[in-house]
Amino acid sequence: MVVGKKINRVDAVTKADGTAKYTEDLLDDKCLVAKVLHSTIANGKVLSFDLEEAKKVPGVVKIITSFDVPDIQYPTAGHPWSTEKAHQDVCDRKLLNTRVRFYGDEIAAVIADDEIAADHARDLIKVEYEEYPAIFDMEESVNNPGDVPIHEEKPNNVIVKSNYEVLDYDEAVKEPGLIKVTGVYETQKVQQCHIENASSFAYKEAGKVVVVSATQIPHIVRRVCSQALGCDMGKVRIIKPYLGGGFGNRQDALTEPLNAFLTLQVGGRPVKLMYTREETFFGTRSRHAMKFYITSYVRPNGTFAAREIVAYSDNGAYGSHAHALVANAVNAFRMMYPVGAIKGVAYTVYTNNPTAGAMRAYGIPQIGFALEAHVDDIIAKLPNDDAISFRKKNMMQLGYVDPGTTITCHSTGLSECIDKGREAIGWDEKIEKYKNQTGDVRHGVGMGIFCYKTGVYPIALETSACRMILNQDGSIQLQVGATEIGQGADTVFSQMAAETLSIPFENVHILSQQDTDVTPYDTGAYGSRQTYVTGMAVRKTAESLKNKICDYAAWMLNKDRIDLDLVDNHIVRVGTNDVLISLKEVAMEACYSRTNSNHIAAEETHHCSDNTYSFGVCFADIEVDIPLCQIKVNRIINVHDSGTIINPQTAEGQVHGGMSMGLGYGLLEKMLFDPKTGRMLNSNLLDYKLMTAIDTPDLEVAFVEPKDPSGPYGNKSLGEPPVIPVAPALRNAVYNATGVAIDSIPLNPEKLFQEFTDAGLIK
Amino acid sequence: MAKQLITVTINNKLTELYVDPRESLADMLRNDLKLTSVKHGCDVGECGACTVVIDGENFDSCIYLAIWADGKSITTVEGLASLEGELADIQQAFVDDGAIQCGFCTPGFIMSTLPLLNVEEDLSREEIKKQVSGNFCRCTGYTNIINAIEHTREKIKNDRDSDK
Ligand code: FES
Ligand code: FES
Repeated sequence: MVVGKKINRVDAVTKADGTAKYTEDLLDDKCLVAKVLHSTIANGKVLSFDLEEAKKVPGVVKIITSFDVPDIQYPTAGHPWSTEKAHQDVCDRKLLNTRVRFYGDEIAAVIADDEIAADHARDLIKVEYEEYPAIFDMEESVNNPGDVPIHEEKPNNVIVKSNYEVLDYDEAVKEPGLIKVTGVYETQKVQQCHIENASSFAYKEAGKVVVVSATQIPHIVRRVCSQALGCDMGKVRIIKPYLGGGFGNRQDALTEPLNAFLTLQVGGRPVKLMYTREETFFGTRSRHAMKFYITSYVRPNGTFAAREIVAYSDNGAYGSHAHALVANAVNAFRMMYPVGAIKGVAYTVYTNNPTAGAMRAYGIPQIGFALEAHVDDIIAKLPNDDAISFRKKNMMQLGYVDPGTTITCHSTGLSECIDKGREAIGWDEKIEKYKNQTGDVRHGVGMGIFCYKTGVYPIALETSACRMILNQDGSIQLQVGATEIGQGADTVFSQMAAETLSIPFENVHILSQQDTDVTPYDTGAYGSRQTYVTGMAVRKTAESLKNKICDYAAWMLNKDRIDLDLVDNHIVRVGTNDVLISLKEVAMEACYSRTNSNHIAAEETHHCSDNTYSFGVCFADIEVDIPLCQIKVNRIINVHDSGTIINPQTAEGQVHGGMSMGLGYGLLEKMLFDPKTGRMLNSNLLDYKLMTAIDTPDLEVAFVEPKDPSGPYGNKSLGEPPVIPVAPALRNAVYNATGVAIDSIPLNPEKLFQEFTDAGLIK
Repeated sequence: MAKQLITVTINNKLTELYVDPRESLADMLRNDLKLTSVKHGCDVGECGACTVVIDGENFDSCIYLAIWADGKSITTVEGLASLEGELADIQQAFVDDGAIQCGFCTPGFIMSTLPLLNVEEDLSREEIKKQVSGNFCRCTGYTNIINAIEHTREKIKNDRDSDK
């Protein structure tokens, strides 16, 4: 068995010895340098550029402004393209924009011989603007859109408003004896902060534009570039090398379309467009800030009769992934506790903030915080329930079919996850021990649960292709369009191939590079879909390759195909398992045979038409220093049901990383903006508070592994979910420790001071 | 701007080269010597991705001028493995402990651990964490990185003890 085994990553040595080449490491010495001029107003229009001084800088090759780009509005989201117009992504930005919509909008680009000349010339460009009042608050943007809409296509600044209702809400709330609980919960805007900045370089070769880029979605970026340039898709080639983290930010076309355009402006000479950390902060994507109004009606026996949500999502200046995130959030509001009547309304709103896009778990950390905080608020009002009993009574059960999406619960280990975490953290003893505390430093425990859909079916197309080629030595080349972005995809795909082919893991060769001219099609790394969707393509291709190998062996051995199988790297007789010949011998003959040379290869597409839920829980044990407004996390444990674990080491790594990101989300991280201008105030890694080693407690992880019947190897999503339950667990632990229920994050000292003062704990 | 000649030992090799006095050590290592394990994550001394060891001490090479390196000895991650390609203990521990994901922080992180590995007195987990808190990793949550450092320190200690 290779699946389920702890195996070191296929790329670990290359990364440890420094030979792994990332985008910038592949640069040509002769590369020109492009620098983007960003707007210094948040809302308005460029009237004119004065380029005279800038052009005089020695080394400047060309300056392109928003008046020079094609009049094409294109989409950037990393979604599979919909051939139905109504479901297509919002096309609302140009390569450079004259109509400026946030502080930092891309309005011009300088191409120069070197960095210094490009920077210097950019600083000398003078811009004349017409300025409009800027709107930074999402509710304000809906209620008071002003005279000039942010995009003329959406006069009220609402990109999409959607709603749903399950059962009759108005009827349900009439039931006598219900307890009504309301709350308003807010989550902040944070950034993905992959350590490799947004970066690409582009050149022309053989009549095509080639973009080398740190992207999660090469095949989609090819389509977006072709849309932005107005050229055929085959004229664009995207190469994705090793990549320094994505977390959803790179599930969007970032620097690539402009970079492709810029190289064409200088005759196809190589041009690099590497964003600085500052530009990556405000000029790429971020997690949507959201605000939720929740009302619940609960029976005294601890079950939901009805609940309602109104959700706002701050999309910022451009559409990007737009409504998909908050729609995901209000859907999860329904799925997590599918009990009673439920209704939801969601707004995705343009504002003059930097654009939000995809980030790990796609809208669910937001609703996860709001809903799990709300559940603890409810429990506080119930006579006979506690955090665990209430959740277990109301949470999703096996066989649930979501009425909105038809996604079915094919397996669940959530109840076992809760039991395991409860035991590990010592929940029951601690709940007793932490009762009735006084004094400055108080302890608390808290929990949060989640459900997470594995792929994007049926909301969008799920498709994935895989190719395998048999080498002469019996090893194989495994090629996928799915991307390794640090999560360990290449390693688990290799395990899957070895498992199904029944060959040694070392005999599977995979390149951590995608090239749209070579690699099979896949939509890429997002939504924790790859082990599930691409995994199925790998399995299908391995079965097909195995079949072809056995066919050839049958010819070679002059036996019936039906009697042969490939087991443990050898062709064996079915039934007796007698070894007949090694795979290597078959492979050699297949390649070099003078009578029947056959280059054995297989390629299959998996068009996925199923989905499933993964689940999990976080338990946190913390201490709160009330006067210092500090939280110390003493223990934190995540327990996950992601179905069969393909590789315990990479799985644990995913959970660690998600927990760390969840801790940052709950405790520290927040993008700050100047309220007057909209300029980002902390666009650097000192003022933006990322978790460091010293901030991070030792992270504890456990799994329960019900085999999911719909997953290729019983597996379900794992990459994104670990981030979800952490922030609510922390918030509920603070509530448990202090009696103060805080309805927004991060729980940083500034917020704690305000809340503890309001509650009278700090005088 | 006129270039200046510096003499510097890089990964045990004495090297002479002309550098722009405005150039950072990170750029010199990456551009002039193709030591691309030295990563740019921020260019202003915040993330640690560019960490190299200079005369036994770890530095952010993005905020260290190339000309300051004159006469000094510099090690990058390319200088750790043996000539035959056998990984150094700390590199192997990063591999075995699952301390590597995207790998972008890895070379800088490994270089930051080097001064800690041979410290003979006991270091608590907290002390180790503090020492490497100048290096960000967005992927791993640090737990396995700290494990890798502890395991390497144990191995080095055992090797030292058996030599005695
Ligand atoms: S690149 Fe030098 S510290 Fe970030
Ligand atoms: S492994 Fe990705 S930043 Fe550390």
